[in-house]
Amino acid sequence: MMKKFVAKAYIWLLLLMLYAPLVFIAVFSFTESRVLGNWTGFSTKLYTNLFSGGMNGGSSLLSAIENTLLIALIAAAFSTLLGTVAAIGIHNLKGRTKQGVQFLNNIPMINPDIITGVSLFLLFVFLGVSQGYVTVILAHITFCTPYVVLSVLPKLTQMNPNIYEAALDLGATPSVALRKVLIPELRPGMVSGFILAFTMSLDDFAVTFFTRGTIGLDTLSTYIYTDARKGGLTPELRPLMTLIFLIVLILLVIINIRQEKISKSKSGK
Amino acid sequence: MIKRSYWSLPYVIFMMVFVVLPLVLIVMYALQDGSGHFTLANVTRFFTDSDSLSTFALSIEVAIENSLICILLGYPAAWILANRELNRSAVTVMLFIMPMWINALMRTLATAELFNMLGFTLGKGTLLFGMVYDYIPFMIYPIYNTLTKMDKSYAEAAEDLGATPWKVFWKVTVPLSMPGVMSGVLMVFMPTVSTFAISEFLTNNKIKLFGTIIQENINSSMWNYGAALAFIMLVIIGITSLFNDSTQESAEGGLI
Repeated sequence: MMKKFVAKAYIWLLLLMLYAPLVFIAVFSFTESRVLGNWTGFSTKLYTNLFSGGMNGGSSLLSAIENTLLIALIAAAFSTLLGTVAAIGIHNLKGRTKQGVQFLNNIPMINPDIITGVSLFLLFVFLGVSQGYVTVILAHITFCTPYVVLSVLPKLTQMNPNIYEAALDLGATPSVALRKVLIPELRPGMVSGFILAFTMSLDDFAVTFFTRGTIGLDTLSTYIYTDARKGGLTPELRPLMTLIFLIVLILLVIINIRQEKISKSKSGK
Repeated sequence: MIKRSYWSLPYVIFMMVFVVLPLVLIVMYALQDGSGHFTLANVTRFFTDSDSLSTFALSIEVAIENSLICILLGYPAAWILANRELNRSAVTVMLFIMPMWINALMRTLATAELFNMLGFTLGKGTLLFGMVYDYIPFMIYPIYNTLTKMDKSYAEAAEDLGATPWKVFWKVTVPLSMPGVMSGVLMVFMPTVSTFAISEFLTNNKIKLFGTIIQENINSSMWNYGAALAFIMLVIIGITSLFNDSTQESAEGGLI
């Protein structure tokens, strides 16, 4: 009994510590004061400002959000395509070649962001490519694809190879068998790979920072960085953080409930 | 019909251009002077420059302290979360993982602002606290993962053979969960050394970590010295990942 109480208390204390800054930001997103920690009465003005873009540099914040989402979407889509095709290839490789390719696939995951960022920066300088949207997306594909490969590969090993062969024996062309048999089997891995890639891209700061060039391209991360370095956080970032926090929370709750349902229906069989 | 194994070819080519070549370029730029001649000056400059060396030493120190605190605070949490008698809810586990999904810069900024309001002077103390905030989920998650996947019969066997719960914990559970701890350290240690924005926010630019000086050199067009610093970091990564090879998969698999 005592043990359980101590354990519970410890967990909740740690969670309290972990969430204190986020809750703090959320509370102060409902007041107008430009200085954080100074409560000047309840107000939703920061929220309306955020959505109408009615603040200093408001349009640049909105375009940073737009860039972030667009880059993440494009990078995740390409990574999923490239990673799935690659996983099918890797699955059919053997021995040393397979190990070699898997080792290559691990490199971007082991490398800290700053190494990926600096090395790609040097690549674009070396090749004389002017940096901007395209280089940022290419860089994001580079560090996202390994996660797609790792999400799809287990689905290939779990899959019964005879199903695919059977489809071919029954007269399906390879492309039909691919669409009707292989892809449906791989879909869960592709979906979680896509989600992983998408969130990795959303979260990225260092790689974007080094590959965005000097054309003034900002994602949310680089916007926040520049903003904070200018001294003081734009107050409208508080409601934005609160909203992102809520969206992530809701998404994770949905995913969790869905997973629990799936595992329950499986154990019920 | 094309052989299926060839399907890996586009990705291999892609990686050659965007992973291997860039790393080669780091080494190349590190070993060149501004006009493209071979030189070791950039590397030797690091070892003779007391500023760079002390920043490097401080980064390693902070990274070790951060990893240790994360293990100290995170291991008990992971153990409690993985224990079926103490925790049955998936929601608490999710709450610990969730911060990993929120932009690190935002969380760090929120932490720094909270410190500011509470009247703490930003410095090494707040840097360490903030780092622990940022990285503890990355320690808890892999440990939790190995603990839940662990075969319970080992612990039961030890119990049956008369070991006290304390002994079971230290002699069975802890050794078996070491892969989780190692991948946790991997996810905490190198990112701490290489971070730049986080340390700037948490100390108001007072304390520089290794990542910051790489960034400063690259951004002020001192590519060769910046590359040399990145090269030194690469060497360390190579060394740390050598004895971490086998633990990689447990850390990355199944984040969702």
